[in-house]
Amino acid sequence: MTIDLKTVKHISKLARISVDDEKANKLANDLNSIFKFIEKLNKLKTDNVEPLTSIAKTTLRFREDQIKSENIREKILKNSPDENKDFFVVPKVVE
Amino acid sequence: MSNITNQTLSELIKNIKTKKLSSFEITKAFIERSEKSKKLNVYVTENFASAIDQAKKFDANPNYDLKLPGIPIAVKDLFCTNGIKTTAGSKILNNFIPTYESTVTQNIWNEGGILLGKLNCDEFAMGSSNETSFFGNVQNPVGENLVPGGSSGGSSSAVAANLTPVTIGTDTGGSIRQPASFTGTVGLKPTYGSCSRYGIVAFASSLDQAGPMSKNVKDAAILLEVISSFDKKDSTSVDFKRNKYSVELTKNIKGKKIGIPKEYRVEGMSDEIENLWKKGIEYVKECGAEVIDISLPHTNYALPAYYIVAPAEASSNLARYDGVKYGFRSSGENLIDMYEKTRSEGFGEEVKRRIMIGTYVLSSGYYDAYYLKAQKVRQLIKKDFDEAYLNVDAILTPSTPSSAFKIGEKSDDPVSMYLNDIFTVPVNLAGLPGISIPAGLDKKGYPLGLQIIGKPFDEQNILNIAYSMEEKINFKNKILDWWI
Repeated sequence: MTIDLKTVKHISKLARISVDDEKANKLANDLNSIFKFIEKLNKLKTDNVEPLTSIAKTTLRFREDQIKSENIREKILKNSPDENKDFFVVPKVVE
Repeated sequence: MSNITNQTLSELIKNIKTKKLSSFEITKAFIERSEKSKKLNVYVTENFASAIDQAKKFDANPNYDLKLPGIPIAVKDLFCTNGIKTTAGSKILNNFIPTYESTVTQNIWNEGGILLGKLNCDEFAMGSSNETSFFGNVQNPVGENLVPGGSSGGSSSAVAANLTPVTIGTDTGGSIRQPASFTGTVGLKPTYGSCSRYGIVAFASSLDQAGPMSKNVKDAAILLEVISSFDKKDSTSVDFKRNKYSVELTKNIKGKKIGIPKEYRVEGMSDEIENLWKKGIEYVKECGAEVIDISLPHTNYALPAYYIVAPAEASSNLARYDGVKYGFRSSGENLIDMYEKTRSEGFGEEVKRRIMIGTYVLSSGYYDAYYLKAQKVRQLIKKDFDEAYLNVDAILTPSTPSSAFKIGEKSDDPVSMYLNDIFTVPVNLAGLPGISIPAGLDKKGYPLGLQIIGKPFDEQNILNIAYSMEEKINFKNKILDWWI
Protein backbone atom coordinates (compact mmCIF):
# COMPACT_ATOMS: atom_id res chain seq x y z
CA MET A 1 0.00 0.00 0.00
CA THR A 2 1.04 3.60 -0.39
CA ILE A 3 0.28 6.57 1.80
CA ASP A 4 -0.90 9.49 -0.31
CA LEU A 5 -1.09 13.18 0.45
CA LYS A 6 -4.72 12.95 1.48
CA THR A 7 -3.92 10.27 4.06
CA VAL A 8 -1.03 12.33 5.46
CA LYS A 9 -3.37 15.30 5.88
CA HIS A 10 -5.92 13.04 7.58
CA ILE A 11 -3.37 11.60 10.03
CA SER A 12 -2.00 15.05 10.80
CA LYS A 13 -5.52 16.18 11.66
CA LEU A 14 -5.94 13.18 14.01
CA ALA A 15 -2.52 13.85 15.56
CA ARG A 16 -3.28 17.59 15.94
CA ILE A 17 -0.11 18.56 14.10
CA SER A 18 -0.52 21.11 11.32
CA VAL A 19 1.42 20.21 8.18
CA ASP A 20 1.88 22.38 5.09
CA ASP A 21 1.93 20.87 1.57
CA GLU A 22 5.70 20.79 1.24
CA LYS A 23 6.10 19.01 4.59
CA ALA A 24 3.23 16.68 3.76
CA ASN A 25 4.99 15.54 0.59
CA LYS A 26 8.21 14.83 2.47
CA LEU A 27 6.26 13.02 5.21
CA ALA A 28 4.43 10.88 2.64
CA ASN A 29 7.81 9.81 1.23
CA ASP A 30 9.26 9.02 4.65
CA LEU A 31 6.16 7.15 5.81
CA ASN A 32 6.06 5.09 2.63
CA SER A 33 9.64 3.95 3.05
CA ILE A 34 9.03 3.17 6.73
CA PHE A 35 5.83 1.24 6.02
CA LYS A 36 7.53 -0.68 3.24
CA PHE A 37 9.99 -1.80 5.89
CA ILE A 38 7.24 -2.54 8.44
CA GLU A 39 5.22 -4.62 6.01
CA LYS A 40 7.83 -7.34 6.19
CA LEU A 41 5.63 -8.57 9.05
CA ASN A 42 2.93 -9.67 6.59
CA LYS A 43 5.13 -12.59 5.60
CA LEU A 44 4.66 -14.03 9.07
CA LYS A 45 1.59 -16.13 9.91
CA THR A 46 0.24 -15.15 13.32
CA ASP A 47 -3.35 -16.44 13.29
CA ASN A 48 -3.13 -18.48 16.48
CA VAL A 49 -0.75 -16.26 18.42
CA GLU A 50 -1.92 -14.43 21.54
CA PRO A 51 -0.91 -10.73 21.38
CA LEU A 52 1.62 -9.70 24.01
CA THR A 53 0.13 -6.67 25.73
CA SER A 54 2.43 -6.42 28.73
CA ILE A 55 5.78 -7.86 29.70
CA ALA A 56 5.33 -7.33 33.43
CA LYS A 57 3.13 -10.06 34.85
CA THR A 58 1.77 -7.72 37.47
CA THR A 59 -1.86 -6.86 38.02
CA LEU A 60 -2.67 -3.27 38.82
CA ARG A 61 -2.33 -2.55 42.52
CA PHE A 62 -4.87 -0.62 44.53
CA ARG A 63 -3.84 2.06 46.98
CA GLU A 64 -5.50 4.42 49.38
CA ASP A 65 -6.43 7.75 47.82
CA GLN A 66 -4.24 9.96 49.98
CA ILE A 67 -2.78 13.40 49.42
CA LYS A 68 0.98 13.12 49.78
CA SER A 69 2.43 16.31 48.30
CA GLU A 70 2.35 19.69 49.97
CA ASN A 71 0.46 22.54 48.35
CA ILE A 72 2.22 23.01 45.01
CA ARG A 73 -0.56 24.86 43.22
CA GLU A 74 1.57 27.94 42.64
CA LYS A 75 4.52 25.94 41.31
CA ILE A 76 2.27 24.08 38.90
CA LEU A 77 0.59 27.25 37.65
CA LYS A 78 4.01 28.80 37.13
CA ASN A 79 4.60 26.32 34.28
CA SER A 80 1.56 27.68 32.48
CA PRO A 81 2.46 29.22 29.09
CA ASP A 82 -0.13 31.96 29.53
CA GLU A 83 0.41 33.71 32.82
CA ASN A 84 -2.53 34.10 35.12
CA LYS A 85 -2.17 33.62 38.83
CA ASP A 86 -5.25 31.48 39.36
CA PHE A 87 -6.08 29.60 36.16
CA PHE A 88 -4.74 28.01 33.01
CA VAL A 89 -5.76 30.27 30.15
CA VAL A 90 -6.65 28.97 26.67
CA PRO A 91 -8.09 30.64 23.56
CA LYS A 92 -11.82 31.32 23.74
CA VAL A 93 -13.81 28.08 23.24
CA VAL A 94 -17.44 29.18 23.78
CA GLU A 95 -18.80 32.22 21.91
CA MET B 1 45.96 13.38 43.62
CA SER B 2 47.08 14.02 40.05
CA ASN B 3 43.96 13.35 38.09
CA ILE B 4 40.49 13.04 39.53
CA THR B 5 38.23 12.93 36.51
CA ASN B 6 39.76 9.81 34.95
CA GLN B 7 39.11 7.75 38.08
CA THR B 8 36.36 5.17 38.12
CA LEU B 9 33.36 5.53 40.42
CA SER B 10 34.65 2.82 42.74
CA GLU B 11 38.04 4.56 42.99
CA LEU B 12 36.37 7.90 43.79
CA ILE B 13 34.20 6.27 46.47
CA LYS B 14 37.29 4.66 48.02
CA ASN B 15 39.21 7.94 47.98
CA ILE B 16 36.33 9.77 49.63
CA LYS B 17 35.92 7.10 52.30
CA THR B 18 39.64 7.12 53.10
CA LYS B 19 39.57 10.95 53.11
CA LYS B 20 42.17 11.23 50.35
CA LEU B 21 39.68 13.34 48.40
CA SER B 22 36.78 15.53 49.45
CA SER B 23 33.44 15.74 47.70
CA PHE B 24 34.31 19.38 46.97
CA GLU B 25 37.59 18.46 45.24
CA ILE B 26 35.89 15.82 43.13
CA THR B 27 32.91 17.99 42.21
CA LYS B 28 35.18 20.92 41.35
CA ALA B 29 37.36 18.73 39.13
CA PHE B 30 34.40 17.48 37.08
CA ILE B 31 32.97 20.99 36.79
CA GLU B 32 36.32 22.43 35.62
CA ARG B 33 36.67 19.75 32.97
CA SER B 34 33.04 20.24 31.91
CA GLU B 35 33.68 24.00 31.56
CA LYS B 36 36.52 23.22 29.15
CA SER B 37 34.37 20.77 27.20
CA LYS B 38 31.49 22.95 25.97
CA LYS B 39 32.33 21.92 22.42
CA LEU B 40 30.95 18.44 23.11
CA ASN B 41 27.53 20.04 23.87
CA VAL B 42 26.64 17.42 26.48
CA TYR B 43 24.87 19.68 28.96
CA VAL B 44 21.38 21.08 28.44
CA THR B 45 21.28 22.46 31.99
CA GLU B 46 24.27 22.92 34.28
CA ASN B 47 23.76 22.67 38.04
CA PHE B 48 27.34 23.55 38.94
CA ALA B 49 26.92 26.25 41.62
CA SER B 50 24.38 24.19 43.51
CA ALA B 51 26.55 21.06 43.17
CA ILE B 52 29.49 22.90 44.77
CA ASP B 53 27.26 23.99 47.67
CA GLN B 54 26.02 20.45 48.20
CA ALA B 55 29.55 19.04 48.04
CA LYS B 56 30.66 21.48 50.74
CA LYS B 57 27.67 20.48 52.83
CA PHE B 58 28.59 16.82 52.44
CA ASP B 59 32.20 17.48 53.51
CA ALA B 60 31.04 19.41 56.58
CA ASN B 61 28.98 16.46 57.73
CA PRO B 62 30.05 13.38 55.76
CA ASN B 63 28.17 10.08 55.81
CA TYR B 64 30.45 7.33 54.53
CA ASP B 65 27.79 4.64 54.89
CA LEU B 66 26.05 5.92 51.77
CA LYS B 67 26.63 4.09 48.48
CA LEU B 68 27.47 7.27 46.53
CA PRO B 69 29.02 9.45 49.27
CA GLY B 70 29.29 13.01 47.90
CA ILE B 71 29.69 11.79 44.30
CA PRO B 72 28.67 14.32 41.60
CA ILE B 73 26.55 12.78 38.83
CA ALA B 74 25.00 14.27 35.69
CA VAL B 75 21.83 12.58 34.37
CA LYS B 76 19.99 12.38 31.06
CA ASP B 77 17.51 15.23 30.65
CA LEU B 78 14.64 12.76 30.44
CA PHE B 79 14.50 12.35 34.24
CA CYS B 80 12.27 14.86 36.00
CA THR B 81 14.20 16.77 38.64
CA ASN B 82 12.21 18.75 41.19
CA GLY B 83 12.68 22.49 40.62
CA ILE B 84 15.23 21.98 37.82
CA LYS B 85 14.31 22.39 34.16
CA THR B 86 13.64 19.10 32.37
CA THR B 87 13.40 19.31 28.58
CA ALA B 88 13.56 15.76 27.13
CA GLY B 89 15.64 17.43 24.39
CA SER B 90 12.51 19.15 23.06
CA LYS B 91 11.44 22.71 22.32
CA ILE B 92 7.99 21.81 23.62
CA LEU B 93 9.43 21.32 27.16
CA ASN B 94 12.08 24.04 26.88
CA ASN B 95 10.69 25.91 29.90
CA PHE B 96 9.25 23.04 31.92
CA ILE B 97 10.16 22.88 35.62
CA PRO B 98 8.92 19.66 37.28
CA THR B 99 7.31 19.79 40.70
CA TYR B 100 8.38 16.24 41.50
CA GLU B 101 11.44 14.01 41.30
CA SER B 102 11.83 10.77 39.34
CA THR B 103 12.25 7.72 41.59
CA VAL B 104 15.59 6.66 40.09
CA THR B 105 17.18 10.10 40.55
CA GLN B 106 15.70 10.33 44.07
CA ASN B 107 17.38 6.97 44.83
CA ILE B 108 20.70 8.48 43.72
CA TRP B 109 20.33 11.59 45.92
CA ASN B 110 19.24 9.40 48.86
CA GLU B 111 22.57 7.56 48.60
CA GLY B 112 24.62 10.77 48.63
CA GLY B 113 24.83 11.56 44.91
CA ILE B 114 24.94 15.23 43.86
CA LEU B 115 23.33 16.51 40.65
CA LEU B 116 25.93 18.02 38.28
CA GLY B 117 23.47 18.80 35.49
CA LYS B 118 21.09 17.51 32.86
CA LEU B 119 22.50 15.84 29.78
CA ASN B 120 21.53 16.26 26.14
CA CYS B 121 19.58 13.49 24.39
CA ASP B 122 17.55 12.85 21.27
CA GLU B 123 14.16 14.56 21.43
CA PHE B 124 11.88 12.44 23.64
CA ALA B 125 14.58 9.74 23.37
CA MET B 126 13.69 9.18 19.70
CA GLY B 127 16.90 8.77 17.78
CA SER B 128 20.13 6.82 17.50
CA SER B 129 22.62 9.66 17.04
CA ASN B 130 21.56 12.54 19.32
CA GLU B 131 20.90 14.58 16.17
CA THR B 132 17.17 15.01 16.87
CA SER B 133 17.77 17.09 20.02
CA PHE B 134 16.39 20.65 19.98
CA PHE B 135 19.64 21.63 21.70
CA GLY B 136 21.87 20.50 18.86
CA ASN B 137 23.96 17.41 18.25
CA VAL B 138 26.49 16.08 20.73
CA GLN B 139 30.11 15.35 19.79
CA ASN B 140 31.60 11.94 20.47
CA PRO B 141 34.90 12.40 22.37
CA VAL B 142 36.31 9.54 20.29
CA GLY B 143 36.52 11.75 17.19
CA GLU B 144 35.43 15.13 15.86
CA ASN B 145 32.04 15.28 14.11
CA LEU B 146 31.30 11.72 15.13
CA VAL B 147 27.90 10.94 16.67
CA PRO B 148 27.91 9.65 20.28
CA GLY B 149 24.95 7.34 19.56
CA GLY B 150 21.51 7.90 20.93
CA SER B 151 19.24 8.55 22.42
CA SER B 152 21.41 8.79 25.58
CA GLY B 153 24.16 10.54 23.56
CA GLY B 154 24.91 13.33 26.04
CA SER B 155 25.22 10.65 28.71
CA SER B 156 27.60 8.39 26.76
CA SER B 157 29.72 11.34 25.65
CA ALA B 158 29.90 12.74 29.20
CA VAL B 159 31.08 9.43 30.67
CA ALA B 160 33.61 8.76 27.89
CA ALA B 161 35.01 12.31 28.12
CA ASN B 162 35.31 12.13 31.95
CA LEU B 163 32.74 14.89 32.57
CA THR B 164 30.80 12.77 35.07
CA PRO B 165 31.98 9.62 36.89
CA VAL B 166 28.85 7.68 35.88
CA THR B 167 25.41 8.56 34.59
CA ILE B 168 21.96 7.16 33.99
CA GLY B 169 20.23 6.91 30.64
CA THR B 170 17.02 5.36 29.38
CA ASP B 171 16.66 2.54 26.87
CA THR B 172 13.52 1.93 24.78
CA GLY B 173 15.13 0.18 21.79
CA GLY B 174 18.85 0.46 22.50
CA SER B 175 19.25 4.02 23.78
CA ILE B 176 21.70 3.02 26.54
CA ARG B 177 23.55 0.14 24.87
CA GLN B 178 24.08 1.65 21.41
CA PRO B 179 25.62 4.96 22.65
CA ALA B 180 27.73 2.97 25.14
CA SER B 181 29.01 0.91 22.24
CA PHE B 182 29.76 4.04 20.16
CA THR B 183 31.81 5.67 22.93
CA GLY B 184 33.67 2.71 24.44
CA THR B 185 31.69 2.75 27.67
CA VAL B 186 29.50 0.29 29.57
CA GLY B 187 25.69 0.56 29.42
CA LEU B 188 23.10 -1.68 31.03
CA LYS B 189 19.38 -1.90 30.31
CA PRO B 190 17.69 -3.66 33.24
CA THR B 191 14.74 -6.05 33.05
CA TYR B 192 11.43 -4.28 32.44
CA GLY B 193 10.02 -3.62 35.93
CA SER B 194 13.40 -3.45 37.65
CA CYS B 195 13.87 0.35 37.74
CA SER B 196 10.89 2.61 38.33
CA ARG B 197 9.60 4.63 35.40
CA TYR B 198 7.99 7.19 37.73
CA GLY B 199 9.05 10.70 36.74
CA ILE B 200 10.74 9.70 33.48
CA VAL B 201 9.36 11.54 30.45
CA ALA B 202 7.46 8.72 28.76
CA PHE B 203 8.27 7.53 25.23
CA ALA B 204 6.96 3.94 24.86
CA SER B 205 5.72 2.80 28.24
CA SER B 206 5.86 -0.96 27.63
CA LEU B 207 9.53 -0.72 26.58
CA ASP B 208 11.15 2.16 28.54
CA GLN B 209 13.73 1.34 31.23
CA ALA B 210 16.33 3.46 33.02
CA GLY B 211 19.82 2.08 33.50
CA PRO B 212 23.44 2.86 34.43
CA MET B 213 26.22 4.00 32.07
CA SER B 214 29.80 3.89 33.28
CA LYS B 215 33.49 3.39 32.52
CA ASN B 216 33.52 -0.20 33.70
CA VAL B 217 31.31 -3.08 34.78
CA LYS B 218 31.84 -2.68 38.51
CA ASP B 219 30.66 0.95 38.39
CA ALA B 220 27.54 -0.14 36.50
CA ALA B 221 26.85 -2.69 39.25
CA ILE B 222 27.24 -0.06 41.98
CA LEU B 223 24.85 2.33 40.24
CA LEU B 224 22.30 -0.37 39.36
CA GLU B 225 22.19 -1.36 43.02
CA VAL B 226 21.21 2.23 43.84
CA ILE B 227 18.61 2.87 41.15
CA SER B 228 16.83 -0.51 41.04
CA SER B 229 13.95 -0.53 43.53
CA PHE B 230 10.34 -1.55 43.87
CA ASP B 231 8.15 1.53 43.54
CA LYS B 232 4.42 1.73 44.20
CA LYS B 233 4.26 4.84 42.03
CA ASP B 234 5.00 2.76 38.90
CA SER B 235 2.25 0.19 38.29
CA THR B 236 4.65 -2.01 36.28
CA SER B 237 7.40 -1.96 38.92
CA VAL B 238 8.11 -5.54 40.04
CA ASP B 239 8.63 -6.50 43.67
CA PHE B 240 11.43 -9.08 43.44
CA LYS B 241 14.44 -9.76 45.61
CA ARG B 242 17.19 -7.56 44.20
CA ASN B 243 20.80 -8.69 44.44
CA LYS B 244 23.53 -6.60 46.00
CA TYR B 245 24.93 -6.34 42.50
CA SER B 246 28.31 -4.79 43.33
CA VAL B 247 28.91 -7.01 46.38
CA GLU B 248 27.96 -10.23 44.63
CA LEU B 249 29.94 -9.35 41.50
CA THR B 250 32.29 -12.21 40.60
CA LYS B 251 34.56 -13.17 37.71
CA ASN B 252 33.77 -16.82 38.24
CA ILE B 253 31.47 -17.84 35.39
CA LYS B 254 32.69 -21.42 35.12
CA GLY B 255 30.09 -23.74 33.65
CA LYS B 256 27.76 -20.95 32.53
CA LYS B 257 26.13 -21.67 29.20
CA ILE B 258 26.30 -18.84 26.67
CA GLY B 259 24.10 -18.94 23.56
CA ILE B 260 25.24 -17.63 20.17
CA PRO B 261 22.16 -16.84 18.02
CA LYS B 262 22.78 -17.53 14.35
CA GLU B 263 20.14 -15.01 13.23
CA TYR B 264 22.29 -12.13 14.51
CA ARG B 265 24.71 -12.79 11.66
CA VAL B 266 22.83 -10.25 9.53
CA GLU B 267 23.24 -9.52 5.86
CA GLY B 268 25.91 -6.96 5.14
CA MET B 269 27.50 -7.17 8.59
CA SER B 270 31.14 -6.10 8.37
CA ASP B 271 34.05 -8.48 8.93
CA GLU B 272 35.13 -6.31 11.81
CA ILE B 273 31.91 -6.97 13.72
CA GLU B 274 32.03 -10.65 12.79
CA ASN B 275 35.62 -10.92 14.07
CA LEU B 276 34.81 -9.01 17.23
CA TRP B 277 32.01 -11.44 17.95
CA LYS B 278 34.32 -14.43 17.35
CA LYS B 279 36.86 -12.89 19.70
CA GLY B 280 34.12 -12.46 22.29
CA ILE B 281 33.21 -16.12 21.96
CA GLU B 282 36.86 -17.07 22.57
CA TYR B 283 36.96 -14.83 25.65
CA VAL B 284 33.91 -16.40 27.30
CA LYS B 285 35.39 -19.84 26.62
CA GLU B 286 38.65 -18.76 28.25
CA CYS B 287 36.60 -17.60 31.23
CA GLY B 288 35.32 -21.14 31.65
CA ALA B 289 31.89 -20.75 30.10
CA GLU B 290 30.39 -23.16 27.63
CA VAL B 291 29.32 -21.82 24.23
CA ILE B 292 26.20 -23.20 22.56
CA ASP B 293 24.74 -22.34 19.14
CA ILE B 294 21.11 -21.29 19.43
CA SER B 295 18.35 -20.00 17.18
CA LEU B 296 16.09 -16.98 17.71
CA PRO B 297 14.05 -17.46 14.53
CA HIS B 298 11.95 -14.26 14.66
CA THR B 299 14.88 -11.85 15.12
CA ASN B 300 14.34 -10.38 11.66
CA TYR B 301 10.84 -9.24 12.57
CA ALA B 302 11.82 -7.42 15.76
CA LEU B 303 12.68 -4.08 14.19
CA PRO B 304 9.50 -3.76 12.08
CA ALA B 305 7.39 -4.79 15.09
CA TYR B 306 9.21 -2.23 17.22
CA TYR B 307 8.46 0.52 14.68
CA ILE B 308 4.76 -0.15 15.20
CA VAL B 309 4.67 -0.66 18.97
CA ALA B 310 7.00 2.20 19.96
CA PRO B 311 5.44 4.93 17.76
CA ALA B 312 1.93 3.78 18.73
CA GLU B 313 2.70 4.17 22.42
CA ALA B 314 4.56 7.41 21.73
CA SER B 315 1.62 8.95 19.89
CA SER B 316 -0.56 8.27 22.94
CA ASN B 317 2.04 9.42 25.48
CA LEU B 318 2.84 12.62 23.59
CA ALA B 319 -0.82 13.59 23.23
CA ARG B 320 -0.41 15.43 26.55
CA TYR B 321 1.77 18.13 24.95
CA ASP B 322 -0.96 20.53 23.90
CA GLY B 323 0.41 23.87 25.06
CA VAL B 324 -2.23 24.28 27.77
CA LYS B 325 -0.73 23.64 31.19
CA TYR B 326 3.02 23.69 30.62
CA GLY B 327 5.65 23.86 27.93
CA PHE B 328 5.78 25.78 24.66
CA ARG B 329 2.60 27.33 23.23
CA SER B 330 2.05 28.84 19.82
CA SER B 331 -0.83 31.22 19.14
CA GLY B 332 -3.87 30.12 17.18
CA GLU B 333 -7.21 31.47 16.05
CA ASN B 334 -9.05 29.01 18.25
CA LEU B 335 -8.26 26.13 20.61
CA ILE B 336 -7.79 23.47 17.91
CA ASP B 337 -5.64 25.81 15.84
CA MET B 338 -3.54 26.52 18.93
CA TYR B 339 -3.05 22.76 19.54
CA GLU B 340 -2.06 22.09 15.95
CA LYS B 341 0.40 24.99 15.69
CA THR B 342 1.88 24.29 19.15
CA ARG B 343 2.58 20.67 18.25
CA SER B 344 3.78 21.50 14.75
CA GLU B 345 6.28 24.11 16.00
CA GLY B 346 7.09 22.45 19.34
CA PHE B 347 8.05 18.98 18.08
CA GLY B 348 11.01 18.22 15.81
CA GLU B 349 10.82 16.26 12.56
CA GLU B 350 11.62 12.77 13.91
CA VAL B 351 9.14 13.07 16.77
CA LYS B 352 6.42 14.24 14.40
CA ARG B 353 7.23 11.38 12.04
CA ARG B 354 6.82 8.85 14.85
CA ILE B 355 3.61 10.43 16.15
CA MET B 356 2.25 10.19 12.61
CA ILE B 357 3.25 6.50 12.30
CA GLY B 358 1.69 5.79 15.69
CA THR B 359 -1.50 7.70 14.95
CA TYR B 360 -1.85 5.87 11.66
CA VAL B 361 -1.34 2.34 13.03
CA LEU B 362 -3.84 3.00 15.82
CA SER B 363 -6.42 4.66 13.58
CA SER B 364 -9.76 3.09 12.80
CA GLY B 365 -9.49 0.27 10.27
CA TYR B 366 -5.72 -0.20 10.65
CA TYR B 367 -5.41 -1.28 14.29
CA ASP B 368 -5.66 -5.04 13.61
CA ALA B 369 -3.40 -4.98 10.57
CA TYR B 370 -0.60 -3.17 12.35
CA TYR B 371 -0.76 -2.82 16.13
CA LEU B 372 -2.38 -6.18 16.91
CA LYS B 373 -0.08 -7.87 14.39
CA ALA B 374 2.97 -6.30 16.04
CA GLN B 375 1.85 -7.45 19.49
CA LYS B 376 1.56 -11.00 18.17
CA VAL B 377 5.03 -10.79 16.66
CA ARG B 378 6.24 -9.50 19.99
CA GLN B 379 4.86 -12.66 21.60
CA LEU B 380 6.81 -14.80 19.11
CA ILE B 381 10.02 -12.89 19.82
CA LYS B 382 9.57 -13.38 23.55
CA LYS B 383 8.88 -17.09 22.99
CA ASP B 384 12.15 -17.39 21.04
CA PHE B 385 14.03 -16.15 24.08
CA ASP B 386 12.00 -18.28 26.53
CA GLU B 387 12.87 -21.39 24.55
CA ALA B 388 16.52 -20.46 24.19
CA TYR B 389 16.78 -19.93 27.94
CA LEU B 390 15.79 -23.55 28.54
CA ASN B 391 19.30 -24.40 27.35
CA VAL B 392 21.48 -21.36 28.04
CA ASP B 393 22.07 -18.86 30.88
CA ALA B 394 22.81 -15.84 28.70
CA ILE B 395 23.25 -14.80 25.08
CA LEU B 396 26.23 -13.06 23.46
CA THR B 397 25.82 -10.80 20.40
CA PRO B 398 27.39 -7.67 18.93
CA SER B 399 25.83 -4.47 20.34
CA THR B 400 25.55 -2.64 17.03
CA PRO B 401 26.01 -3.49 13.34
CA SER B 402 28.66 -0.75 12.93
CA SER B 403 30.83 1.70 14.85
CA ALA B 404 29.95 5.40 15.30
CA PHE B 405 29.20 7.30 12.09
CA LYS B 406 29.65 10.93 11.11
CA ILE B 407 27.15 13.63 12.06
CA GLY B 408 24.70 14.05 9.17
CA GLU B 409 25.62 10.74 7.54
CA LYS B 410 22.30 9.00 8.19
CA SER B 411 19.94 11.82 9.13
CA ASP B 412 18.18 11.91 5.75
CA ASP B 413 17.19 8.25 5.72
CA PRO B 414 15.04 7.19 8.70
CA VAL B 415 15.12 3.47 7.89
CA SER B 416 18.93 3.29 7.72
CA MET B 417 19.02 5.14 11.06
CA TYR B 418 16.57 2.63 12.57
CA LEU B 419 18.81 -0.29 11.51
CA ASN B 420 21.32 0.81 14.17
CA ASP B 421 19.14 -0.83 16.79
CA ILE B 422 18.79 -4.20 15.08
CA PHE B 423 20.63 -6.10 17.87
CA THR B 424 19.22 -4.16 20.81
CA VAL B 425 15.50 -3.86 19.97
CA PRO B 426 14.58 -7.57 20.49
CA VAL B 427 15.77 -7.27 24.11
CA ASN B 428 13.31 -4.43 24.81
CA LEU B 429 10.44 -6.23 23.09
CA ALA B 430 11.04 -9.26 25.34
CA GLY B 431 11.62 -7.07 28.44
CA LEU B 432 15.02 -8.67 29.14
CA PRO B 433 18.19 -7.24 30.71
CA GLY B 434 21.11 -6.49 28.40
CA ILE B 435 24.55 -4.98 28.86
CA SER B 436 26.95 -3.54 26.27
CA ILE B 437 30.65 -3.61 27.05
CA PRO B 438 33.49 -2.16 24.96
CA ALA B 439 35.29 -5.03 23.22
CA GLY B 440 37.69 -3.53 20.69
CA LEU B 441 38.43 -0.80 18.17
CA ASP B 442 37.77 -0.89 14.45
CA LYS B 443 40.27 0.14 11.74
CA LYS B 444 39.38 3.79 12.26
CA GLY B 445 40.06 3.50 15.97
CA TYR B 446 36.38 3.74 16.91
CA PRO B 447 35.03 1.53 19.72
CA LEU B 448 32.87 -1.55 19.14
CA GLY B 449 30.73 -3.22 21.77
CA LEU B 450 29.49 -6.69 22.62
CA GLN B 451 26.08 -7.29 24.18
CA ILE B 452 25.22 -9.87 26.80
CA ILE B 453 21.50 -10.60 27.15
CA GLY B 454 20.16 -12.26 30.28
CA LYS B 455 17.07 -14.00 31.64
CA PRO B 456 14.44 -11.78 33.29
CA PHE B 457 15.75 -10.32 36.60
CA ASP B 458 19.11 -12.04 36.11
CA GLU B 459 21.14 -8.80 35.99
CA GLN B 460 23.69 -10.33 38.36
CA ASN B 461 24.54 -13.04 35.86
CA ILE B 462 25.12 -10.71 32.89
CA LEU B 463 27.13 -8.36 35.11
CA ASN B 464 29.32 -11.31 36.17
CA ILE B 465 29.86 -12.45 32.58
CA ALA B 466 30.66 -8.86 31.53
CA TYR B 467 33.02 -8.48 34.52
CA SER B 468 35.01 -11.58 33.65
CA MET B 469 35.12 -10.73 29.92
CA GLU B 470 36.20 -7.17 30.71
CA GLU B 471 39.40 -8.42 32.29
CA LYS B 472 40.25 -10.56 29.24
CA ILE B 473 39.35 -7.82 26.73
CA ASN B 474 41.38 -5.18 28.58
CA PHE B 475 39.85 -2.42 26.42
CA LYS B 476 41.69 0.88 26.08
CA ASN B 477 39.72 3.80 24.69
CA LYS B 478 41.66 6.23 22.47
CA ILE B 479 40.42 9.63 23.58
CA LEU B 480 42.86 12.43 22.88
CA ASP B 481 40.95 15.44 24.27
CA TRP B 482 40.78 16.99 20.78
CA TRP B 483 38.07 19.42 21.92
CA ILE B 484 40.11 21.06 24.68
